[in-house]
Parts: sequence; structure tokens; C-alpha cells
Amino acid sequence: MTITTTDVQTPPNASSTPAKNRAGDRNFSWATRGAGMLILVVLAGVAAFLLLESLPALSADPADIEGGEGFFAYVWPLVFGTLAAALIALIVATPLALGIALFISHYAPRRLSQGLGYVVDLLAAIPSVVYGLWGIQWLAPNVRGAWQWLADHLGFVPLFTGPASATGRTLMTAGLVLAVMILPIITAIAREVFLQTPALHQEAALALGATRWEMIRMTVLPFGRPGLISGVMLGLGRALGETMAVAMVLSTGGFTWSMVTSGNSTIAAEIALDFPESAGLKTNTLIAAGLVLFVITLAVNMAARRVVTRRQAFSGAN
Amino acid sequence: MPAHANRIDVGDLNVYYGSFKAVEDVSMVIEPGSVTAFIGPSGCGKSTFIRTLNRMHEVVPGARVEGKVLLDGEDLYGADVDPVVVRRQIGMVFQRPNPFPTMSIRDNVLAGIKLNGARIRRSESDEIVEQSLRGANLWTEVKDRLDKPGSGLSGGQQQRLCIARAIAVQPDVLLMDEPCSALDPISTLAIEDLISELKKNYTIVIVTHNMQQASRVSDRTAFFNIEGTGKPGRLVEMDDTAKIFTNPSVQATEDYVSGRFG
Repeated sequence: MTITTTDVQTPPNASSTPAKNRAGDRNFSWATRGAGMLILVVLAGVAAFLLLESLPALSADPADIEGGEGFFAYVWPLVFGTLAAALIALIVATPLALGIALFISHYAPRRLSQGLGYVVDLLAAIPSVVYGLWGIQWLAPNVRGAWQWLADHLGFVPLFTGPASATGRTLMTAGLVLAVMILPIITAIAREVFLQTPALHQEAALALGATRWEMIRMTVLPFGRPGLISGVMLGLGRALGETMAVAMVLSTGGFTWSMVTSGNSTIAAEIALDFPESAGLKTNTLIAAGLVLFVITLAVNMAARRVVTRRQAFSGAN
Repeated sequence: MPAHANRIDVGDLNVYYGSFKAVEDVSMVIEPGSVTAFIGPSGCGKSTFIRTLNRMHEVVPGARVEGKVLLDGEDLYGADVDPVVVRRQIGMVFQRPNPFPTMSIRDNVLAGIKLNGARIRRSESDEIVEQSLRGANLWTEVKDRLDKPGSGLSGGQQQRLCIARAIAVQPDVLLMDEPCSALDPISTLAIEDLISELKKNYTIVIVTHNMQQASRVSDRTAFFNIEGTGKPGRLVEMDDTAKIFTNPSVQATEDYVSGRFG
């Protein structure tokens, strides 16, 4: 440790010493600066585009917006659908990803864990349109019965009010497809951070007489918590913005509390399905919906950052 | 406090990592209430051996032992012995201080107590925290910041926190694997003073590279050596510390302790 700290204490900023102005250094510095600037420019460009193009919809006469009651009446069911589908996906995928990641990092024999890691990564390589096909052709018919059961037995809960969809193409199904899609991201990140838990701390726990599960609870999970949260947030980001699979699987319709009937839609699916045939104010309305999605995603990411930094003094980083 | 009746009796112990024999044929007796130091060159198997005394070597895949280790007459490697239980009886302090970074000082001390589903009352836990931290000569330095993270302490304080954590569960034996090798001389002195205190209540085994330290803190000293790379480590001799450092019976020991080694 002491050796590495002396390494770090070299002058942090080369420009503070009057060094020779070498062409290579200068060019590289400009290249990186340019790359850094570019990302800001692109982000600002997207934000400006969304804002400018959505202004007409935001300031239009409410009667002219689709639905006839103004933009917010139009967009909130979409927001609800987006959040509901993403939430279902998270509820299903997070514990599953946690379990897979822990199995790979701490339980499975080395050879099995490697193979399993590859398989999970492979899930991330499947295009979303394929997930959409799978959702329609296989998943929806197969989960139909389960939604029927929910409607029959838990119908008094608003979320499961019947009649259940005959095709199975409900928000619940879309959420399940999303869960499979975000599983690899969360798993991969969780696995990486779990593997980085210092052996020192794991041994400390075992030497106190901890069982393997207690060792994981005392050291691996607290150490990996910020990483797990960022993984979940990345997954949430993908679930919120995922377009193709939802547009294909979900039989869209108006707002309903029930997750097991057809109906509801998400912002991304709505834009994908309606944009090709939109014109004039309708186009602006869709772009404004896109702006709302942008804001939601931004808010989610900022919230995640707050959670991660809140107890920094207790994090494993020091 | 545990009665002084926890004699460790090691018989013909071989330690393997896979097919590699790391330690060969060690037999020794560690008397209760004593401090025993293991000295020897790097790679001679003393750290491996000390880890077999509480089955911590099993953390490494493929590690196994032959022979027996008796604590108070009971074989630690008996078929129905749970390593988790062994480690609760025989605590360990490591080379680098390793308080749990996600826990406060207080929670670090209580970490072992709260294991295996145990529940304790607040008043009781306060008492254990104070007692353990006093036992590790750390109480006065941290009593006003028990809820701060343990990783904010200095290296020497962290190591004493680890000792407090280890003695909080009231083990019979305390193993220390080079506990001062990452510490400055003043912190080292503090730990050495502490070892003389702890000796009243615990049987202590300490691995050290520092021969002055071995002669200062220990009652008995065991010298381990290795004949060459790839060969297993062996126990060369074990005797009263004074005798090992003044008049050892084996030439190799004399060469090592007098610095004429190699």
C-alpha cells in the first residue's frame, strides 16, 4: 500500500511544472478535450431539439391535442404505463440477477461459473426485436393462464381486475419480457462488483465464525451495494426506454389500472407506433412525450447517484 | 473469562494445496495462557500452519490437511466438527488491518456477536463494546466516535479494532498472523503491550518476521524452515524463547536468529 501511495504523490498536473511543450502531449490533450466536449454538445443538441419541437404541443389549445384535453391529460397514462412496465421488470429481474450474480461469484465451481457468465452475457446480445417475437409467439400464450388465475383469485386488487386478456399481450407480459432483457446488465455489473470484494474482508468475516451466507451479508453485499444500485439503474434506464419489444408484445390501448388486461401503453411504444403516420401538432405531441421520457430517465439517474453517494464514508472504497 | 485449559496439541500435521505439500510433519504443543511465536523465512509455511489451527486455510480451494489438531483433547478436524464453530473458539487477527468498511466502530466490534442469529439487548451490547475496546486498549481513543466508520482510524487503531472484534466473542485462542507488519513502530509497540495484557486471558499464537518482537512478546518460539523452493516447510525446533535466542539446539536456528541465515 505505501508503495502505491508514493506513486500517486507525483505532481498531479503536468502543466504546473514548466515542461517542454511536446507535440504528442498537445495533440492528445486536444483530442481528449474534443471528445469530452462532443458528448456535451450532443446532449445539449438533443435536449434543445426536444424542447423546441415540443413547445407547440405544450402551448397548443388543449382541444387540438389528441384526446382533446391537453397535453398532460394525453401523456400521463403513457407515463404510468412506462413506469409500471419498468417497475414490473425491476421487481422480477433484480432478485433474480442478485441470485445469479452471487451464485457465479461465490457459490458455483469455477468452471461452471465461467460458462454461466458467458450465457448471461449472451442474453444481452439478443436484439430487442427478437425478444419481441419471443414475447408474442411464446411468452404471451404461455402466461395467459397465469393472468387468468390472477384475475379470478386476486381480481379485487385493482392491478389484477379482470377480464384477463385472451391473447396474454398485457403490460404484465411486457414487463416480463423487459425483465429478461435487463437481467444481463444487472447481473453482469453485480457479478463484477461482488468479485471485487476484498479477500481481506471476506476472511475477516469467516475468521469470526461467519457462515458463507453471513460472510456474504456482512462483506459482499454492503461492498457491492453501490455497484448493484448502478446496475439496477442502468437496467431501469433500458426498461424505461425500450421500444421495440414493448411495441410488439403489448396490445396497447387506453389507461387501465389492471396489469392483466390489454390496454395501457408506454411512451416509447406510443412514439414508435404513432410517429410514422403523424403530422403537424401530433408530431410535436409525440416529441413532447419523448421529452417527458428524457426527464424521467434523467431524474432516475440523479436519484441513483444520490443513493450511491449518501453513505460514502461507509463504502468499501476507502 | 475462559479457564486456562485450552491446550493445543498438533500431531504429525501435513498441509497440502492440491498436490503441493506446503507443510510437513509438524507436531507441537501450545500451552494454555502462553504466547507462542512462529518465526522463519518467507514461504516456510508458518502462515499456512497457523491458518490450519482455526481451519482458515480451507478458504483456499484445494487446501487440505492430514494429521490432527486437538484443542482441549477434541480434534478440530473430526468428521462432525463444523469449521464455523472452530473459528468462533479460535479467533484470528490478520496481517493487514481489516475492519469492515461498511460498518461503524461499534458494529465492527459486535460483528462476531451478531452472527448465527444471536440477538442481544442494547445495554448488553454497550457493555461488550466497551469491554472489548478496553481490552484492546482502544476505548479512550474511540469512545466519542463509536458510530463513525472503522476505516477512518489509523492503521494501528484499525488493527486494535480488529483485536477488539476478535476478543468480543470471547474465543479460547487468539491467532495473529504478522499483526504488526503493516504498522509503524509506535503502533507496533502498542500491539505488543496489548499482547502481554491479553495473555492473561487467552492463549496467543503469533507469526512474526521481526525477531526482536518474538523475543519481546513470546514465552515459547517455534522456528520453521524450508530446504528449498518447492519443498515443504518443516518445524525445525520449538523451545523457550530465551533458549531459542541464546542457545538453540539446532545450527539452522542459530544461523537464522543471529542473522547469518542464507
